[in-house]
Amino acid sequence: MNNIIAPRDMFGKTLLELGEINDNIFVINADVSKATKTEEFAKKFGDRYINVGISEQNMVGVAAGLARVGFISIMSTFASFAPGRCYDQIRQSIAYSNLNVKVASTHPGLAVGPDGAMHQCLDDVALMRELPNFIVLAPSDQIETKKAVIKAIEYNGPVYIRIGRMECPIYFKEDWDFEIGKAYILKDGSDVTLIAHGSMVHIIYEASDELEKEGISVRVIDMPSIKPIDTKVIIKAAMETRGIIVAEDHFIYGGLYSAVCEVTSNFSPCIVKAIGVQDIFGESGSPLELYKKYGLTKENVILKAKEILKS
Amino acid sequence: MEKNKVNYLKRIAINIRKDSLNVLRLAGSGHIGGSLSAVEIMVYLYFYKMNVDPTDPYKNDRDIFILSKGHASIGYYCVLARKGFMAYDELKTYRKINSRLQGHPHIDDVPGIECSSGSLGQGLSFGIGIALGYKKKGFSSSVYVMVGDGELEEGQIWEALILQSYLKLDNLIIIIDNNKLQLDDFTENITGINNLKKKFESFDFNVFEIDGNDFESIDKAFSNLRNDKPNIIIANTVKGKGISFMENKIEWHSKKIDDEVYKKAVEELNSQGESLNE
Repeated sequence: MNNIIAPRDMFGKTLLELGEINDNIFVINADVSKATKTEEFAKKFGDRYINVGISEQNMVGVAAGLARVGFISIMSTFASFAPGRCYDQIRQSIAYSNLNVKVASTHPGLAVGPDGAMHQCLDDVALMRELPNFIVLAPSDQIETKKAVIKAIEYNGPVYIRIGRMECPIYFKEDWDFEIGKAYILKDGSDVTLIAHGSMVHIIYEASDELEKEGISVRVIDMPSIKPIDTKVIIKAAMETRGIIVAEDHFIYGGLYSAVCEVTSNFSPCIVKAIGVQDIFGESGSPLELYKKYGLTKENVILKAKEILKS
Repeated sequence: MEKNKVNYLKRIAINIRKDSLNVLRLAGSGHIGGSLSAVEIMVYLYFYKMNVDPTDPYKNDRDIFILSKGHASIGYYCVLARKGFMAYDELKTYRKINSRLQGHPHIDDVPGIECSSGSLGQGLSFGIGIALGYKKKGFSSSVYVMVGDGELEEGQIWEALILQSYLKLDNLIIIIDNNKLQLDDFTENITGINNLKKKFESFDFNVFEIDGNDFESIDKAFSNLRNDKPNIIIANTVKGKGISFMENKIEWHSKKIDDEVYKKAVEELNSQGESLNE
């Protein structure tokens, strides 16, 4: 994976670039700038940066207040802490107030690895998806992360961005135009559809390669915009293929799997299977070990695809 | 503060109390006790201290008041209405369907509502954000945040106090509406959060302890704010202030009133008004 950088590194790099051209960007950190990669922004644009200390609830209010006076607030911490620790603050001070705050959270999912269940946020998409006024983005590769951050900042309103820690192969070109609310078909196919966000895009892509070797035609969809969701692409997949598998580094409840099921059950019922963490917390281990133990693997995707085709 | 100015504010306060009781009567629910304790502070700020203009509610150089104890919305809305941020008649819609006057304030529903509040503990952080933003943008306006004494039990308040004691934003003034009661009981019977002056001084604040239902005492504090240390005003107030049978009574945290109680309360307020004319 030469020249590939982790999404969180791209987040930091993009903020730095945007800081040059947009005087209104204000970055708010709660003592994790090294981990969320806002450190460089802090060094360069110290006047538009604040470290509020280890106080995520307070961070939300400060970010919202800064947005109230016209700044584009970008508050960044780990997903376990925002939304995890300060859901109510996000609900009242950002969502209900409809203020221009970007909650940019890193360290989502089992991919966090050795830090263990405490830091492996598997419920953030569920928490953020149901908050009115919020847009929820979960980009995959570095290009998509960059574009998602740019679009989130251009958009006037609350956005949650889930930013991965693991490197992800590049699927998108620099000149590609990212749109909020749009899904991207990485591969077209007619037998089965695989949908994922973030780090799982890579895994469904690999699974599709294997399935194709067996003569199965696979549609691979990258779905970075969890809310609003691209209903058209989902309905089309439900109608044109025999079933859908949704893969995500998140609990199977409330995340993209639920979101896709909501669309299919409303408009075009079909079999939708989940690859995700069941109703259980994670544990310490390397990301790949954890993905294997908790079933977030291409083998599992292949198995479920075959189940769909057998049914 | 001149006597005629004090009397002018006192008259407004009496009217705000009458308005609040009427709104409570019409709505059939709401938090009257903590609204009444905060009347003088809000009247002082809106009718004397703050640079706000209802005809230009979003002007850049406006001062900002944040009611962090959002349940005290009755008194707050009555102040906004009397100041001219909305038609007086709109108060009748409080807590009713399709109204802009939500049970707890929602930012911008009426221009002049600067913060959504009601889930306690959040207004101070929001105020820090605004005060910091004002500094960065070069505005000299002030931000006033009112926090309830019971609300101090929320941990987020102390996160924000730590930050303010570090930032020392001199355009941010914190006011504690220290009415000594909360929903369930007297504050001293729940967590006993007392010695506030000592607590805030240990955070290196410039602390004023005043009678928060007395305009001269309020004015003395607001006229002596300092910029070497962050300022905090402990406004000792009476919950249910102004209506004898509501004062210091737990049940008047939130209780509806019928016409008879309303009448009795208004009579008291009328006689307070008459005594001002003597």
